Amino acid sequence: MNRKDKQEQILRMSGVNARKCMRCGKCSATCPAYDEMEYHPHQFVYMVESGNIEPLFESESIYKCLTCFACVERCPRDVQPAKLIEAVRVMALRQQDNTHMKKGDLPMMLDEDIPQQAIVSAFRKYTK
Amino acid sequence: MIFSYYPGCTLKTKAKDLDRYGRKSAEALGITLEEIPNWQCCGGVYPISKDEIATKLSSVRALASAKEAGQDLVTLCSACHNVLKQVNNDMANDEEICAKANRYLELEEEYHGETNVIHYLEMLRDKVGFDKIKELVKNPFTGKKIGAYYGCLLLRPGKVLQMDNPENPKIMEDFIRAIGGTPVIYPMRNECCGGYVTLEDKALANKRSGKVLENAKDMGADMLITACPLCLYNLNKNTDGYDVPVYYFTELLAEALGVKD
Ligand code: SF4
Ligand code: SF4
Ligand code: SF4
Ligand code: SF4
Repeated sequence: MNRKDKQEQILRMSGVNARKCMRCGKCSATCPAYDEMEYHPHQFVYMVESGNIEPLFESESIYKCLTCFACVERCPRDVQPAKLIEAVRVMALRQQDNTHMKKGDLPMMLDEDIPQQAIVSAFRKYTK
Repeated sequence: MIFSYYPGCTLKTKAKDLDRYGRKSAEALGITLEEIPNWQCCGGVYPISKDEIATKLSSVRALASAKEAGQDLVTLCSACHNVLKQVNNDMANDEEICAKANRYLELEEEYHGETNVIHYLEMLRDKVGFDKIKELVKNPFTGKKIGAYYGCLLLRPGKVLQMDNPENPKIMEDFIRAIGGTPVIYPMRNECCGGYVTLEDKALANKRSGKVLENAKDMGADMLITACPLCLYNLNKNTDGYDVPVYYFTELLAEALGVKD
């Protein structure tokens, strides 16, 4: 897939219209994972819009998003950045046959109180 | 009143109390919760990407089963509630997702988002009424300062979940008043606790949950209530040194109604 195809597919998967963004930065200002991210929500929007997607695939940032929908709720232009981040993450996992979390990694992450919900969520977010 | 009920996998395992006290309280309020037969785990997070169909099917099955029974579908875990409502919204409004899901499932009757999904708290507010609950309370939490912890999945995206104002909610505060307590309003009540990222990044979960607890404590909360097993876990385990006890709201409800054990 070339750059243009990837961009189009990400936009299609997410249903986001990145051109609506007015770069106010409100999404990043409200993001609880801001400090842990190399690229922040408003940067995802801008980079996808301009076709500069490869750095996003390679970045740990795609695994830091908590899917808390704060950016979706608070964007004044209804851009929904979390949906773009998710599309980039899903494409990265599919393309590179890349599982961010291997089955063998799991036991180390668990303790006796961890709810099932966290485990099934991690499988959805970290594997394809 | 009879409702279809979707407990979800966590309520069958680590969060049995959320379920048990929810059922007991419902009974005391004259409500029958009928567990959906053969439900499957919803997956915990809504599959956002439009081309993900398979991961949405377990939710569609549950939704269709409630439709068949002709009942509203009640959920209790914040995450199930979020997933089921968002998938239901797709089935009602996204033709492509709806058509694909129906093609896979081959239900007797196609499903197009007909079921009304409500969270247990919405059931208390809209079907029972907080005034009625107030009348039935035997052991009020008089003088207790209780902070509502909404987290993120209960309210957002507000346009889809339509439970309460996502930026200035009051359903849990009204619940606290109904059981005789004093609600403590603190700004972090609808910010995320760190969610599933707690599995691989404890530092992040500590930071997020710590900020919630610190803020609640500063505002004078004696305890917090939640509807989410993962919130409870994070707020108990990843406290960043702030200790505020956290309970499922159903446990307090059962206690107030005098049906706890
Ligand atoms: S909040 Fe919305 S408009 Fe503002 S930068 Fe983020 S995506 Fe763009
Ligand atoms: S959904 Fe992700 S990107 Fe958006 S605010 Fe939450 S953590 Fe940040
Ligand atoms: S959200 Fe949780 S508890 Fe609810 S069914 Fe899905 S994974 Fe299981
Ligand atoms: S577990 Fe955290 S991520 Fe989940 S709803 Fe609770 S606040 Fe949000």
